[in-house]
Amino acid sequence: MQTITYREALNQALDEEMERDDTVFLMGEEVAEYDGAYKVSKGLLEKFGDRRVVDSPIAELGFAGLGVGAAMGGLRPVIEFMTFNFSILALDQVINSAAKTFYMTGGQIPVPMVFRGPTGAALQLSAQHSQACETWYVHAPGIKLVTPGTPADAKGLLKAAIRDNDPVAFMEGELLYNVKGEVPDVDDGDFVIPLGKADVKREGSDVSIITHGKMVHVALQAAKKLEKDGVDAEVLDLRSLRPLDVEAILATVHKTNRVVYLEEGWPYAGIGAQIAATIQEEAFDYLDAPILRVTQADVPMPYAKNLEQMAKPDADRVVRACNRVLYRNGSAD
Amino acid sequence: MTDTSTMSREAGKGDESMAGLEGFEKDQLKGFLKEMLLYRRFEEKAEEAYAIGKIGGFCHLHIGQEAVALGFIGPLRQDDYVITAYRDHTQALAKGVDPNGVMAELYGRDSGSARGKGGSMHIFDVEKGFMGGHGIVGAQVPLAAGLGFAIKYREEDRVCVCFMGDAAVNQGAFHEALNMAAIWKLPVLFVVENNEYGMGTAFSRVSALPVKERAAGLGVPAHHVNAQDILATWTLVEELLEKIRAGEGPQYVDARTYRFKGHSMSDPVSGTYRSKDEVESKVKQEDPISLLRDRLFDAEFLTEDELEEMDREVRAVVDEAAEFAEEAPFPAREELYNHVYSEVNEHGRLFFDGRDREGED
Ligand SMILES: Cc1ncc(C[n+]2csc(CCOP(=O)(O)OP(=O)(O)O)c2C)c(N)n1
Ligand SMILES: [Mg+2]
Repeated sequence: MQTITYREALNQALDEEMERDDTVFLMGEEVAEYDGAYKVSKGLLEKFGDRRVVDSPIAELGFAGLGVGAAMGGLRPVIEFMTFNFSILALDQVINSAAKTFYMTGGQIPVPMVFRGPTGAALQLSAQHSQACETWYVHAPGIKLVTPGTPADAKGLLKAAIRDNDPVAFMEGELLYNVKGEVPDVDDGDFVIPLGKADVKREGSDVSIITHGKMVHVALQAAKKLEKDGVDAEVLDLRSLRPLDVEAILATVHKTNRVVYLEEGWPYAGIGAQIAATIQEEAFDYLDAPILRVTQADVPMPYAKNLEQMAKPDADRVVRACNRVLYRNGSAD
Repeated sequence: MTDTSTMSREAGKGDESMAGLEGFEKDQLKGFLKEMLLYRRFEEKAEEAYAIGKIGGFCHLHIGQEAVALGFIGPLRQDDYVITAYRDHTQALAKGVDPNGVMAELYGRDSGSARGKGGSMHIFDVEKGFMGGHGIVGAQVPLAAGLGFAIKYREEDRVCVCFMGDAAVNQGAFHEALNMAAIWKLPVLFVVENNEYGMGTAFSRVSALPVKERAAGLGVPAHHVNAQDILATWTLVEELLEKIRAGEGPQYVDARTYRFKGHSMSDPVSGTYRSKDEVESKVKQEDPISLLRDRLFDAEFLTEDELEEMDREVRAVVDEAAEFAEEAPFPAREELYNHVYSEVNEHGRLFFDGRDREGED
C-alpha cells in the first residue's frame, strides 16, 4: 500500500490510463502548462506532450462539445472542468450530445468519455462557485455519474470511468484534493474499481447513513459522535450514483431499518430524494422510521462566513437526524 | 504596500511630458490621480485583510488596472450602468459605491453592499447603477446586452459599460451578445480589460487573433487603447459615449492593461506562465498611477507635498472603510432564507430542507 493524496491518486490514474491507451487525452483550462488549477495533472504535459495534454480557451460549451465529437471520432477524451460550476455552461453538450448520441444513432456511435473536476462548495466562494452539481448530471439517462470520496476510490474509479464506453461524469471535491489515504501500490497491478459498486465505509447496526462524495467524511465524523452516545451507525458510500448499487442500499436498510441520506447539494429532486423513493418502493416493510435527508440549506450559497456555515450540512445535523430516526434524544441535542 | 515616493520614477521618462495634458484642467488631472490612488490603497487594504483572514474565498485585485476603472467609468453619468466580472472592487468605487459598503461586503458583513451575501466577486449597488460583480467568465456580456435592450425599449438616455477579461472573448456568450447588440443597435460599450492573461494562460495561446480583432465580423466598431494611460483612455471613452448616446449602437474597446498581482489572492504573482522579470518591468514602466504622477510633476501641476497630502486623504478613507467593516455586524440567522425569492406566495411551499419545521434554524 502507498499513502497518497486524493490529488496524487487522480494523477496516477490519468497517467496510467494515458500510458495504456493512446486514444486517451486530457483537455481543459490550465491543465497543461499550469499543471491544472488544482495540480491534478501535474507532470502530464511533460510526460505526454501537448498532443495529449491540451490547454483550452475558457469556452466550456465549446470544449465539452469538442470532447463529445472527439469521442464520436474514436478517441477517449477526459474533459476537465476547472470546477463543475462552470460546466453548467456546457450542459447542452453534456445532455443533448454526450448522453443521447448512442441512443439516437440506434447504437451506432458510442461516446466513451469522462467529464471531470471538483463539485460542491469549498470555503466562502459564494453562490456561483459553490454548487453540488450531481443532480444536473444524474437526471439524464445516457450519462453515468461517479463521486469518489477517498484516494483509493478516486484512483480505481477514474480508471474505470476512462475505460467505460459511455460518457461518465466524475465529480471530485476541492476540499478533498489534500486528503490522504491508502491506495494499492502501482507495482501490485492494475487497480480498477468497477462502476456501480457501493462501499460500506463503516459497519454498524443501529442506523444507516447513506451518502456519496466528500460527505463520506462528514458521515464518518457523525458516526464517531454517535458512537460516544452508544449508537452504532453504518456508513454506506454509494461511490457511483448511476449505475446505483441498489442491492447495497437494500442490504443496509434490511440491517438497520433506519436511514439518513446525507448530501452536499440542495434537497429538491436531490440524490436523497431518489434514494428515498427507491427504498420505499423496494424495502418499505423494513423501515422503522421515515427516511430523513441532511442537505445544504435550500438557498444559494451565501458568502458571509456565519451564513455559509449554517447553510452547509455538517456532522451535528447528521447526528440529530440519526437521533430522530431512532426516536431518541441524543446527548448532542 | 506601495509608497508613493518609491513608485518608480522611471515610469513615463522621456515621455511627451506636457503632451496629451491639453484638454484637461489641472484640478481634474489631480482628481484623476487621487481617485486612482484611492483604488490602489483600497486594494492594498483588501490584500492585507485577506492575509489575516478577515476576507475569505476568492479575492481578485485590480492593482495595475486602475486606469481602466477610472477611464471607462469616470466619464459616465450617475444613471448609466456598469456591469463587470469578479475583479470588481475598484470599478464599484469608480461608479460611486461607498467604500465602506464595498469593504464590508468583502468582510461578509450585513452592512456590505450586497448584505454580505455576495462577497468580493459580487459587489452590487443598483442605486449607483453598478450591476455587479459576476463570477462565470463571460456571463455578464449577454446581461449587458439585456440592460442595453431595456434602455432602448424604455427610450432612456443611458449607456451600459460592460467590462470583461481578455479570456472572456473566447466564450460563445460573448459572440452571441455582441451580435445582438449590433443588430439592434444597443447602447453598450464593451470593454475588454486586456491584461494579457486569463489566470495562467497567455491570451496569444488561446486566440489566433488579437483582442481588438475578435469583434470584427460581428459589426461592432472596435478600438484599441493603452489603458495604462488614463488620459488617452478618458479621451477615447468620451468620444465613444457620444456616439452611443447619439444612437449609433455598440462600441468595443481592446483596453491594454496589466495585472500586477496574482490572478486571485490564492495564486502566485509570477510562475511558469509569466516571469518575475516581466512583472517587475511592467510595474516599473506601466504603472498607471506613477505614469500620471510623473506627467503632473513634469508639468509642475503637482508638488511632493500635495501628493503626500492626497495619499493621506485616501488612506484615511480606506482605513475608515476597514474599521467600518470590522465593526459591522455579521448577517443575522434569518438572512439565510431572506432574498431567495422576492415574493413568498400565499400558496405552496418554497423551501424543502425541512429546517424550518425542525425548529432549529
Ligand atoms: C465559465 C468559467 N470558467 C472558468 C472560470 C474560472 N476562472 C475564473 S477567472 C478565470 C480567468 C479569466 O481571465 P480573464 O477573462 O482574462 O480575466 P482576468 O482574470 O484577467 O481579469 C478563470 C479561468 C470561471 N469563473 N468561469
Ligand atoms: Mg485577463
